[in-house]
Amino acid sequence: MTCPPTSWSIPNFPKMATSKKKKMPVREETQDVENDSAMAVPSSAIPPPNISSIKNKMRRTQEFIKLKRQRRKEKKELQKKKKREAEALGDEAPPKKVPRTIENMRVFDETMVDPQDEEVLHDEAHDEMASYFTRDTRPKVLITSSDRPRSTTTRFLKELGQCIPNSEIYYRRGLDLKKVIPQALSKEFTDIIVINEDRRKPNGMLLCHLPDGPTAHFKISNVKLHDEIKRAPKSTEHHPEVILNNFNTRLGHTVGRMFAALFPHDPQFSGRQAVTFHNQRDFIFFRHHRYLFKNNKRVGLNELGPRFTLKLRSLQKGTFDSKFGEYEWVHKRHEMDTSRRKFFL
Amino acid sequence: MNALYVDHLETFPSQNPPARKMAASMQHVYVGAATGVFKGVNLAKKTATNFQNVASLSKEEEICAMCWGNQQESQVCVGLKNGLVKTFDAEQGEFTDCTNCAGGEGRFTGLAKYQESLVTCVESGLLRVWKDEDKVDIEVGKDVCRMRQNHARPHQVATGGKENELKLWDIQQPEKPIFKAKNVRNDFLDLRVPVWVTDLQFLSEQKLVTCTGHRQVRVYDPATPQRRPALSVELGEYALTALSVTPDSHSVIVGDSQGSMVMVDLRMGKVQKAFKGFAGGIRSLQCHPSLPLVASCGLDRFLRIHDINTKEMLHKVYLKSKLNCLLFSSADFTQEQTETAKKQKRKLESSNLTEEDEDELWGSMSVVQDSKKADKTKRKSKSKKLKKPK
Repeated sequence: MTCPPTSWSIPNFPKMATSKKKKMPVREETQDVENDSAMAVPSSAIPPPNISSIKNKMRRTQEFIKLKRQRRKEKKELQKKKKREAEALGDEAPPKKVPRTIENMRVFDETMVDPQDEEVLHDEAHDEMASYFTRDTRPKVLITSSDRPRSTTTRFLKELGQCIPNSEIYYRRGLDLKKVIPQALSKEFTDIIVINEDRRKPNGMLLCHLPDGPTAHFKISNVKLHDEIKRAPKSTEHHPEVILNNFNTRLGHTVGRMFAALFPHDPQFSGRQAVTFHNQRDFIFFRHHRYLFKNNKRVGLNELGPRFTLKLRSLQKGTFDSKFGEYEWVHKRHEMDTSRRKFFL
Repeated sequence: MNALYVDHLETFPSQNPPARKMAASMQHVYVGAATGVFKGVNLAKKTATNFQNVASLSKEEEICAMCWGNQQESQVCVGLKNGLVKTFDAEQGEFTDCTNCAGGEGRFTGLAKYQESLVTCVESGLLRVWKDEDKVDIEVGKDVCRMRQNHARPHQVATGGKENELKLWDIQQPEKPIFKAKNVRNDFLDLRVPVWVTDLQFLSEQKLVTCTGHRQVRVYDPATPQRRPALSVELGEYALTALSVTPDSHSVIVGDSQGSMVMVDLRMGKVQKAFKGFAGGIRSLQCHPSLPLVASCGLDRFLRIHDINTKEMLHKVYLKSKLNCLLFSSADFTQEQTETAKKQKRKLESSNLTEEDEDELWGSMSVVQDSKKADKTKRKSKSKKLKKPK
């Protein structure tokens, strides 16, 4: 029997092709199982017909559905097989493979802080926020906005004022920030928060630590106020607990300390309120919750107050001076955003 | 190119003196930090060492200025915020001398050595030559930002600051400056151009180049009767904070407060190259005297070495504290680098195995067979064996 020519094209007649394929392997096995003679063409050599070459749309979709079904079936079988093998091996089973995520593929950062690093501890003990951590100063926050704020921003300011204890909201009446700072210093404020507004929404935050502390500029996104959060209860005047997650690098430490310095030292646990600054992939998520422990293991959370996302744009040494001040860190998009797995906080 | 630098935390001088000596050998860059830590970096071996016990430092011991103590570059004079000037000996690896150079108000803006005596300048404008018998005082004007010494003519010193024009002084004639620069003409709105000299360098024997906080780079020639700058270039958007002249004296590298480092050609008056990789403001820059390298340090706690010609970042060292000033030694460390690289290569190549031993090694290893069918049968049999008895 002559074998079919290798240039035999199998266009729109899938059924005929399969029937031809069935004949060949039977004859092969009777002759020789292992030898691949040059004349015999095993079924695996003929590639399966490419579905996209079928011109008829209905038939093409049917073939595709069949293909997907087959693939799903194979995948499930493979999974079951692996599971069976793992169970059969018991202890000897190979460890479960951990899927790769952007967080665990993060580019190595030399500035990750080692908690026992003497030099970093010394640096932090002598930085601008040290007076808060040694309990020499108590936080007093001045909250203001850009000039002529709209309703959303004023509501945001009020909610922030409720969330941060010992804070005062002042309207900005066209005053220069550089002139606001000496006035704030004379009134013994420790921090200034300026919410910048654009297109009727808050879009930027400037956090300036006084008297000579760093100035951090953030981009705000995804603001949800108290009214927009479903079933949100009213917050009380209790001092909240502050939770800072994932501020691991040296820059992250500085920013984390700035946030911590906004809130009073001793939280009032009877109020059961917690403020969380969660850093993930350089985005800082702010949440304000009231918690209730139902039993030892289960907690109920009720979200209060505003919810927003921050992203650090620059950290400037000294009080606000964007023109002549020296910057500790500036986000440079084209240089720093080259890798999806590189983060700075 | 980012090498992992090993940090040795040095202990007090009383402990481990031989280790200290070894570590002190041949530091290529000395860096002073804002916390007061004095560090040395060896670029060939890729190590960074602290020469003090970090815990014992206070905020008043912040390093403000540094200069070489002698021509051989084996001593470094370090000026601290509280007015002390310590001398560090490179061979011994510790601070050997400490003199109280307090006078005037403010931090040190410049340190120099003239005929074995220290020349210091503080922010309030007091320039003093600390001789043992008498002290020569020069009032330079207030708000001084920088003072530098002319290496070709050590008796000449230049100062400049905020609303304090560039002045060239001769230590031997302290009454009047040799050269006092004049401000440029009023700008197109007929407004006076503000003056703020942040850093200055001597270009050649006579010429001076300054960079200002208002983003200008200016070249002055005291030899000519013209007191206005021969060249004034305006660059960038942010205040320039550091300046260094390249070895060929035709161009200058400037750094600004947001971390952009740029090379300016002085003949054309244009920006030639920009160096990348900075995250924070640059506080100090220095070009190597002979090699085409530039070292920079700043507020982002990194020391970076760039190649001037290729713009490539050769070394990036994380030094944990904000860095204030640096000194680049004139030693040629690229030879050392190639030597260490060669040594490593030789180690890899010359293994103790001979050819016969290698053949034996390969022969003793089992042959890996590529048989899928065999595996399948094996698996089947395995699963048959390990089935749990019911």
